[in-house]
Amino acid sequence: MLKYTLKRLGSTVLVLFLASILVFFLTVHSGDPLADLRESNDPDAPFEMEQRIYHMQLDQPWYTRYWGWLQGVLGCFRLSCDFGTNREGQDLNPILMQAAEDSLRLVFIATIASIVLGILIGILTAIRQYSVFDYSVSFIVFLFFSLPTFWAAVLAKDYLAIYFNDWMQEGAEFSWGQLLLISGVMAVVVPLIAGGSAMRRLVTGAVVGLFSAGALWYFDSAQFALYPRVGALGVILLSFGLAVGLTALIAGLKNRQVLYTALTVAALSIVSYYATWNLLQDPPGGWFFLGALFVLTIVICVVIARTMGGYAKGQATSVAVLTGVLSSALILLDHFMYHWPNMMSLKPRPISTIGSHTRRFTEDDVTWWQVNLDLLTQLWIPTVILMLISLATYTRYTRSSMLEVARQDYIRTARAKGASERTVVLKHAFRNALIPLATIVAFDFAGLIGGTVVLERIFNWNGMGQLFVTALQQVDPAPVMGFMIITGFVAVLFNFFADILYAVLDPRIRV
Amino acid sequence: MSEQTPNTSQTEQDMADLAEVEDAKLQAKGVSLSQSQLVRRRFFAHKPAVISLILLAFLTVLAFSSIGYGIIPGWWDKTFTATGPVLNGGQPTMFQDGQILGEHPFGQTQMGQDFFAQAMYGMQQSLIIAFVVGIVSTMIGVVVGAAAGFFRGWIESLLMRATDMVIVVPLLVLAAILGQMVAGNVWALALVLGCVTWTGLARLVRAEILSLREKEYVSAAIAMGASPTRIILKHMLPNSVGVIIVNATFSIAAAILLESTLSFLGLGVQLPEVSLGSLVDYYQGASTTRPWLFWFPGLFIIAIALSVNFIGDGLRDAYDPRQKRVGDRRPGLLQAMGLRGINRRGKDRTQGAGEAPGQPGQATHVVSAAEPKSNPLRQWRKK
Repeated sequence: MLKYTLKRLGSTVLVLFLASILVFFLTVHSGDPLADLRESNDPDAPFEMEQRIYHMQLDQPWYTRYWGWLQGVLGCFRLSCDFGTNREGQDLNPILMQAAEDSLRLVFIATIASIVLGILIGILTAIRQYSVFDYSVSFIVFLFFSLPTFWAAVLAKDYLAIYFNDWMQEGAEFSWGQLLLISGVMAVVVPLIAGGSAMRRLVTGAVVGLFSAGALWYFDSAQFALYPRVGALGVILLSFGLAVGLTALIAGLKNRQVLYTALTVAALSIVSYYATWNLLQDPPGGWFFLGALFVLTIVICVVIARTMGGYAKGQATSVAVLTGVLSSALILLDHFMYHWPNMMSLKPRPISTIGSHTRRFTEDDVTWWQVNLDLLTQLWIPTVILMLISLATYTRYTRSSMLEVARQDYIRTARAKGASERTVVLKHAFRNALIPLATIVAFDFAGLIGGTVVLERIFNWNGMGQLFVTALQQVDPAPVMGFMIITGFVAVLFNFFADILYAVLDPRIRV
Repeated sequence: MSEQTPNTSQTEQDMADLAEVEDAKLQAKGVSLSQSQLVRRRFFAHKPAVISLILLAFLTVLAFSSIGYGIIPGWWDKTFTATGPVLNGGQPTMFQDGQILGEHPFGQTQMGQDFFAQAMYGMQQSLIIAFVVGIVSTMIGVVVGAAAGFFRGWIESLLMRATDMVIVVPLLVLAAILGQMVAGNVWALALVLGCVTWTGLARLVRAEILSLREKEYVSAAIAMGASPTRIILKHMLPNSVGVIIVNATFSIAAAILLESTLSFLGLGVQLPEVSLGSLVDYYQGASTTRPWLFWFPGLFIIAIALSVNFIGDGLRDAYDPRQKRVGDRRPGLLQAMGLRGINRRGKDRTQGAGEAPGQPGQATHVVSAAEPKSNPLRQWRKK
């Protein structure tokens, strides 16, 4: 296995190296780097030309310049990367680092969100094959496949961001007509997904419609959009709900040991919600501290599950970890909501479509929560648009792979031995359906990188995509190469993880 | 010896009778169809694909006949560059005041150019690029894949490394660099885009050829001394035509989107030429003030890409109906979660099966209540 993986890694690195030569060669020959100065009437133009020739080493042949660039990048193995300079002679390292942080954050969040959502929708459509829901999802998937990202992004920028801001400033309330419309739509759509007999669908539709009307009424009367909170009651109810729901999904409610484990974890998370409230008001160390708490949560969950799980240790562990993780997310959400009015006081139009962060939030008097809320509001629309691309892919692949797996003999065996439908779908079918998805993730990444190039242009981010387009138009190879090598490296990394995941999920290919 | 003869003829007679019976059975079922007839029949039974085909044909004819192509004149009297007085703020006149098209069906730009003519011209360019990219990338992909799969050895590793090399760079990056190199020339842009989008097909064709290599008829052809070119062209490619055609279709849809994205970034089609993508780029600032300038080209891109994708889907189902023949099992969500048992009343089982719109290869039989419930994965095959 190790040998196989190393061999794959080696050949990918070699391919990356060859591809870097190709891209360097093409970039250098794609135009005239001095074009703008040649046409300029500026008396300084000859001097600037000299300077640019010096910075870009235009007096050298391309392979010498490539060699110089390569030596700098190979320095990464000695922990001193040097991505070269751009045509003004600025050092690219800090520029690239800042750009990569913005772009990769966007890509990672979009990837994870679309994997989770895509798999969920894919499973639902596979379970409900040939239902109205399946057909509508199929059509939407085709629409997303054919949707030009840039067009959707401009639309989202105009309608989602600007209309949302107007709405927020006008008091953030739904009118009665909107309330009725939204609950009416929910009352029709949810029964279509949930299925069942006609009577059951009617009941589901009525309940969902009434519930969403009530929820929207509460939303209006509590001014939820301005002062959102999950609240103590919400955290308690949702944590226990998560515990019960996840147990039902993964182990079945009859498995008391798992149920009690999950309930213990939920109770503990409620205790820690109160215990850490003051500490989290100003988290020392920011995301690192939160990450450490998160890891601690997982460790505690595993320990609880191992001691309480009894014969069902494995299931108890997964239920406990999922409950712990999701209730931590809930607590985090509540903290973010608690600080939302603070952010709104500095930024009354919450979604501005320019840049990856707002300048106001780089000053000293803002809290950590405000800074991150600002980042999230700026990230929200590009993420949604970027998700559209890969969501379609994941939904489609999960669906077809689930249907493919459902035909296998071991599914029949599972049914024959009397396993419940939940066990068959989640344990036998879903796990095996995940295997081909592991490779899609790696492939999908390249598409998302292309998407960021477009989105950063539209939302005026100074990310890697913008860096790439500007540099390419200026025929400046160093930033183009920096973009290529960073995205290529991350893609190789994704591939590598996909290979390992593949081997973990599918023992058949462990060599 | 003499005893054997009547025996043999008796067997032959039996065989002939049997064959006649089988033949009669087949004929009773209807006409036997050739492979291509079957494919055509399945394709035309795929409603979304047929609708898409009609839509795509309509758009193509509209784009080329309205303003004409090159020196051939069209039926629309305005050109995409000529400016004129801006009437009524440049609002579209289509379906306004009782007229069908009116003076400017898609409105006018700020300069007073007729936007219908611009959109049609942009669509011409986009369609040309998409189809040329489809053809070029298919040709390169087939040649590379077939050579790699047939010859194996160092040719294969060389070609596949080259394929990996193109794959590892994000497609948009390579396309942007090459698009910048050709600086806006439509035909050259189509050619270079074709040179970076062939990788997927090359891999698929290679895999297909690798499996065809092991077939007996290929061995037979080799034994008879057929040249590699002949074997590939006459024996292997016709047998992998499904994969090739389906992927060529999808590559056209991808090419439309790639070209419009590049043009939007200013690295594809550039002024004075326009394409649907560059039209969206020019008028993105007008999306709230003059929304028609932004909506029409975008909707045309979606319409073309969507119809090509549906045609590809229909072709895939027509060439490979296996993918569609999946069990007709439809358990509820609660059953899937184990909250409700699998035992359902017969009414549940029959309900819903009839409402699913019929599509080729999809098993939409009404499951009768009398069917045994024991095997929910029973595969309903179309006879």
